[in-house]
Amino acid sequence: MSGNKEEEDPRINGIKTKIRVVPDFPKKGIMFQDITTVLLDPKAFKDTIDLFVERYRDKNISVVAGIEARGFIFGPPIALAIGAKFVPLRKPKKLPGETIFEEYELEYGNDRLEMHIGAVEAGDRALVVDDLIATGGTLCAAINLLERVGAEVVECACVIELPDLKGRQRLKGKPLCMLVEYR
Amino acid sequence: MQTIISPLLVSHRLSLAPPVPRLLNNYHHRAPTSIRLSSHRSTNSLRLFSSTVVAAAAAAAAASRDSEMATEDVQDPRIAKIASSIRVIPDFPKPGIMFQDITTLLLDTEAFKDTIALFVERYKDKDISVVAGVEARGFIFGPPIALAIGAKFVPMRKPKKLPGKVISEEYSLEYGTDKIEMHVGAVEPGERAIIIDDLIATGGTLAAAIRLLERVGVKIVECACVIELPELKGKDKLGETPLFVLVSSA
Repeated sequence: MSGNKEEEDPRINGIKTKIRVVPDFPKKGIMFQDITTVLLDPKAFKDTIDLFVERYRDKNISVVAGIEARGFIFGPPIALAIGAKFVPLRKPKKLPGETIFEEYELEYGNDRLEMHIGAVEAGDRALVVDDLIATGGTLCAAINLLERVGAEVVECACVIELPDLKGRQRLKGKPLCMLVEYR
Repeated sequence: MQTIISPLLVSHRLSLAPPVPRLLNNYHHRAPTSIRLSSHRSTNSLRLFSSTVVAAAAAAAAASRDSEMATEDVQDPRIAKIASSIRVIPDFPKPGIMFQDITTLLLDTEAFKDTIALFVERYKDKDISVVAGVEARGFIFGPPIALAIGAKFVPMRKPKKLPGKVISEEYSLEYGTDKIEMHVGAVEPGERAIIIDDLIATGGTLAAAIRLLERVGVKIVECACVIELPELKGKDKLGETPLFVLVSSA
């Protein structure tokens, strides 16, 4: 499948209407896409997960990597439904065991994403999950971490895409599946 | 949207959740002498028993709070696998602390599935409309439970993460304080909630979460964690709210 929006599915609109846009958060000019309101609607939340599960269940995915913290909300239900491991990708110093890290750029300065050594094995087929893709910097770091340990990143999956920020182009050629666009 | 301060906090001293069927969740098991936890061995044995407390009369509840359920039934066979999938990391985040790492549980698809199933079985017929999960590891366990029982999931977060209007509750750390926040309007008075986190240590965070939900008139049916560190007596901070855990690590 190409990594495109599930345009036909009637569940998408139900999800989209539940996303709350909060202006000027975290700073002026940013229209923040708040998914917490989707989580308050059991049907919308379930539909979100179902749409991803239906897409990935027959793709032999062995790892779902979720990006802290909102990727922890969507990743585990998908992992459980498709029988994959869930691997949290975290900010520095949160994971207690031995880790590898990947740096990525912020608007000002850098940040790091970490993964436990041994969580993912060479040959694992992985999905990367986050609530939203903006510039794609965090997802790119996630892809790098997984590839460094020999996993194959099959796709990135996000509820929301901000296409104007062109994050899709920063995914090292990996496809992106998203449900809702916000322009 | 307004914050509703419950004038009826005292009423929470009265009977809360209906008694839980003992068969499912109470068990008493002698600790194995060694646990296979990948390459990290805990020097402490992992005791496996449920800390379920039925909050009947307040006095009886206080007395029974620290006692194991003596009679018991065979431990649910899924518990041993869950316990053995947890990795203990010595001296994290600082010397002397044996950190209970659930990320290895998440790598074991059976153990993760069983963990969720044990909670879902317990809560699915209890009219729970809210599953509140404490950032960040509560976000891993809470949503699958919420989805399975048809409840909302409400993230309880560190300061400044939630974008909308929030209410906050402060709690003590070893040095200083921290805050936990929830969106205004996420929950409504009269809703029945469970609060999920991966582990209860001192109970400070869970106690703050309870206070936050109670302030808006929500009834907390139970706190549910994968792991308890009983020596830290976190249960004692939860007031009348019962605690349910799968694994107790002494």
